[in-house]
Amino acid sequence: MSWIGRPIPRLEDPALLTGQGRFVADTAQGAAAVRFVRSPVARGRILGIDVPNDLPAGVRVITAADLADVRPIRPLLHRPDYVAIGQPALAATCVRHVGEPVAAVVAPGAAQAEDVAELVFVEIEPEEAVADLDLALAAGAPQVHAEAPGNLLIDGRLATEGFDAAVAAAAHLVEIEVCSRRQSAMPLEARAAHASFERATGRVTLTCSVQMPHMLRTAIADHLGMRESDLRVVAPDVGGAFGQKMSLFPEYLVLVWLARRLRGAVAWIEDRRENLTASAHGRDQRHRVRGAFAADGRLLALEGDLRCNVGAYSSYPVTCGVEPLMALAELPGPYDVRHYRARARGVATNTCMMAPYRGVSRPVITLAMERLMDCAADRLGLDPVELRRRNLVRAFPYRSATGLLFDEGSYLDCLERAAATVDLPAFRARQAAARAAGRFLGVGFCVFSERTGYGTPAFAARGMEIAPGYERVEIAMDPSGNLEARIGASPHGQGLATTLAQLIADELGVEPAQIRIAHGDTDRTPYGWGTFASRSLVIAGGACKLAAAALRDRLARLAGHLLEADPGDVEFADGRARVRGTDLSIELATLARQAYHQSHRFGDAHDPYLAAHATYDPAGTFSNATHAAIVEVDPETGHVAIERFLVVEDAGVLINPMIADGQVHGGVAQGIAHALFEEIVYDDEGNILTASLADYLPPTCAEIPPIEVQHLVTESDATLTRAKGLGEGGAIGAPAAVLNAIADALKPFGVGVFEMPATPQRLRALIRTAQAGEVP
Amino acid sequence: MKPAAFAYHAPRSLDEALALLAEHADEGRLLAGGQSLVPAMNFRLARPAVLIDINRIAALDFLGEADGWLRIGALTRHLAFERPVAAGPLATLLPQVAWHVAHLPIRVRGTFAGSLAHADPAAEWSLVAATLAAEIVALSRAGERTLPADGFFRTAFTTALRPDELIAEVRLPLLGEDWRCGFAEFSRRKGDFALAMALAAVRLEDERIAAARLGVGGVEHRPRRIEAAEALLLGESARPEVLAAAADAVAAALEPVEDIHASAEYRRDLARVMARRALEGALA
Amino acid sequence: MTEKVTLHINGVRYEAEVEPRRTLADAIRDDCGLTGTHLGCEHGVCGACTVLLDGRPVRSCLMFAVQAEDAEIRTVEGLADGDRLHPLQEAFWRHHGLQCGFCTPGFLMLAAGVLEADPEIGDAALRDALSSNLCRCTGYQNILKAVRAAAAEMRAWPSADR
Repeated sequence: MSWIGRPIPRLEDPALLTGQGRFVADTAQGAAAVRFVRSPVARGRILGIDVPNDLPAGVRVITAADLADVRPIRPLLHRPDYVAIGQPALAATCVRHVGEPVAAVVAPGAAQAEDVAELVFVEIEPEEAVADLDLALAAGAPQVHAEAPGNLLIDGRLATEGFDAAVAAAAHLVEIEVCSRRQSAMPLEARAAHASFERATGRVTLTCSVQMPHMLRTAIADHLGMRESDLRVVAPDVGGAFGQKMSLFPEYLVLVWLARRLRGAVAWIEDRRENLTASAHGRDQRHRVRGAFAADGRLLALEGDLRCNVGAYSSYPVTCGVEPLMALAELPGPYDVRHYRARARGVATNTCMMAPYRGVSRPVITLAMERLMDCAADRLGLDPVELRRRNLVRAFPYRSATGLLFDEGSYLDCLERAAATVDLPAFRARQAAARAAGRFLGVGFCVFSERTGYGTPAFAARGMEIAPGYERVEIAMDPSGNLEARIGASPHGQGLATTLAQLIADELGVEPAQIRIAHGDTDRTPYGWGTFASRSLVIAGGACKLAAAALRDRLARLAGHLLEADPGDVEFADGRARVRGTDLSIELATLARQAYHQSHRFGDAHDPYLAAHATYDPAGTFSNATHAAIVEVDPETGHVAIERFLVVEDAGVLINPMIADGQVHGGVAQGIAHALFEEIVYDDEGNILTASLADYLPPTCAEIPPIEVQHLVTESDATLTRAKGLGEGGAIGAPAAVLNAIADALKPFGVGVFEMPATPQRLRALIRTAQAGEVP
Repeated sequence: MKPAAFAYHAPRSLDEALALLAEHADEGRLLAGGQSLVPAMNFRLARPAVLIDINRIAALDFLGEADGWLRIGALTRHLAFERPVAAGPLATLLPQVAWHVAHLPIRVRGTFAGSLAHADPAAEWSLVAATLAAEIVALSRAGERTLPADGFFRTAFTTALRPDELIAEVRLPLLGEDWRCGFAEFSRRKGDFALAMALAAVRLEDERIAAARLGVGGVEHRPRRIEAAEALLLGESARPEVLAAAADAVAAALEPVEDIHASAEYRRDLARVMARRALEGALA
Repeated sequence: MTEKVTLHINGVRYEAEVEPRRTLADAIRDDCGLTGTHLGCEHGVCGACTVLLDGRPVRSCLMFAVQAEDAEIRTVEGLADGDRLHPLQEAFWRHHGLQCGFCTPGFLMLAAGVLEADPEIGDAALRDALSSNLCRCTGYQNILKAVRAAAAEMRAWPSADR
């Protein structure tokens, strides 16, 4: 019986359910506390830093002057349209955003460190700052970095041949501009790090809430000029990340530097205010898109002006190119459009830096495309579902206008299933009746494809100096017949210890509970890239399958030897190796014991260590989905209630459907948050106005509706497991579905809804303006 | 986000508490439920040098009807109001309002009187007190003062309490069976502070409004009754246009505050709608 | 300046020397070593630090340890009966009510307090009560499912077990 496809409870849960989880803060007992002194202004010159000279015992303060040997963080893209900029570990001469670290206090306890931090006076001469994307692009705007004139950090362009002719031939041109306000991934556990120096070896162990432990080890060693072998990075239980914990942050450089300098242990547990102010933000984007449609509704050409506010610095290693370049490459989405022209800019401002957040640019470019589709349907007098039907990619493999290769998918089927499930004709009747009674219901669809599980070619194509992608897995059977798979991926809530065990269990005929997945420790695991970009199940999963198959072949040879059978006739099930068509078999535990302790029986060629390894580096695959939302808008208050939310998605073979549904649920909730609730707000001077959870508003269970999930299964051969990634899809599709539904509900008012979050205040303002216009 | 250091006192008697309060009037703060004060201290926005914790004073923990009042002791938690605690219209009104007060764990600790003393303009109980003409019993070593809710709320986070006074009790008038109440609130999420809310209490005689109280909170620096709107209701029947006119009068009378969640214009819109809905709730 | 406090957590007596400013959450974690109670915001919004104080769910980041001396405190570490998981823990496991697990202890204690106070709680009231805490991973779907399942399970208990 196969373990693949079974919704087994997760192997990682018992510890987390009983309070035995080990998050960074749980490991920091006895370490000195570090508190960062941060810039209170968005832009200015540092005139001096006044450290009290009567510091209590055990307290010290460090500034940039102490860190002269630490290299600034300066990630590279090998592209002529990219400007590399540096970020110091601690600001030395100037500050570029509120919250930028300027000094670090070390004290025996966290409260005391905070007491001292309040006494460190940083004298800054404020300068005019710029926080807004379009203001930063305007002529004469303050320059965030001298080396980046016009605040342009990246300026990517693409155009297909014959674009202008295609536009000229179009019957309809539809142009919209969408705006996504800035978000925080806001993992419930903020960032945290504990750096401990071991005197005996001179090594530092950095226990850190991160998604990419191996990359972090290399990066810190590089920046501190230390031997990489002197650093161990451990990602213990990680309390959510969603992209925010991928980057090399200045704080981690300071922590390791301090542990080495003090020859001791230091811990920094980020508080929520710091997390909202100074970790990383995302999705602060405005996109103008123009669709050229034929009279029958076919999209002939697409044009985009894609602008991303990437903040004051460039996140390492993905760089500030991650949002604009993804937008540039993936704007056309699931639609068959042959002509495309776009410009994608990454714009520096005096705000917290951008880092990937679940879906990166796709929630916003999908909003742009899906609002465009609805607006075009309106213009053409077509049903929005019908317009999509006429434009979706149907034949696979499909090479997109930007050169992406779409593997087999079910774009049309997902749309049809969603439309049928919400019963569109019945809804339209209900909507009409409700309108007559003064209530405003709307339905919105969102169709998208989600590029997932991509290896090094995709990152290299972006010109990344550090091009992630492959994953290596090392699997070993111990003399008791139990297994350990050591992976370079670094799960933090995705249930990978369970799903990878399910994959391996099927290869070796054992139970998942016999398999331990070792991850998140650079001393214990092979070099790998970590967990992000909807990749781990596909890539680490493929590597697990390969490694387990290699181990199985070795075990088959050993079993064949002992059972005097052809290894090709040995199969594995129920913890035994059996010779097909006979009653000969041997328990794996016995086989393993023999291999290790009776190794002489297997001849000279026998390597007693029962291990195998494999590396997998796929080109990538596209999962796809349709989301549908039904909402009711209260035009008097602007309040939006989501009555129904449906996801029909296709991520290929589901290894554990319960975990897959959980990923969809969580993504959709973050997508609804993006559509309606969450927004990081800066004022004109670059002060952040949403530095607490009183003002930054993640939804609770009272705001998130029941989420219905249906799965279609396209077995694409783009991946070894026939599984596609799905970690980001929920967050990608939900915003556009919700905004399209709001726009549909508000159609009687004649307003356009193009900005998210579509807060009650914004919707009410649109309605108020529309109603005022009607007054004679 | 650890609070600044403070000295802590946990008096067991009222006399002891009042003595401490007199001694530390300038740098001391009372700690009751702490659900607003402690977050402010964790952010170091509040940094009292002395904290006087009144949670151990049994004499302040009471709730009951007497002489036409609902008497609410200083230690009565929000949670107590989730179930009916008074006869008449308050039996349904108070649970309805309590449901809007933050979330369960906050309601377990936070107190009614503490909410009034904190005087957040968007706090539900302050609106209830202001609209229903509560009395606030303030105690100090100098004696007892009974303060009408009208005038108690000076501006945001500022009350008529003197630094050496504590609220020993809040008295809500028990409304007669012929009064009817309605409450409406708009907030971003469940449990958030109101962007606007309204409380209506009306008494009908022969299908006509004989008495009306209409209060609005979350819109200005303090909750208050809107007399101009109340006047429009008197003598009228509960026709939609009457309620709409009163709601318009509410909107016209307000000078709304602005923040990132609501412009003045939006708050005015919301206040109008909440006022009308509160009246509709009362008169349904 | 520190004071000696005695805390009663999960039936065990702990003594600690703390400053008055030590929050209950920090005392539980750092002075009593019970790190299952998590800190997600330290201003009372996220609920990761929710514990039961005399049977009621409270934010342990919004109380000082010195205030909790006379109280019976329960944390996630005290929920299971030895190796036997509490029905809420079982249900969260079976229904995938957790992903990263950081909010889980707070949700478990919140739900335990809610269901112990009102085993017959209706769905709307349950949803309202659970809206007290934030989860960033699950979209709340399976948390609600798990708590409903646990409620049914707990109602089936003999009342002496409650």
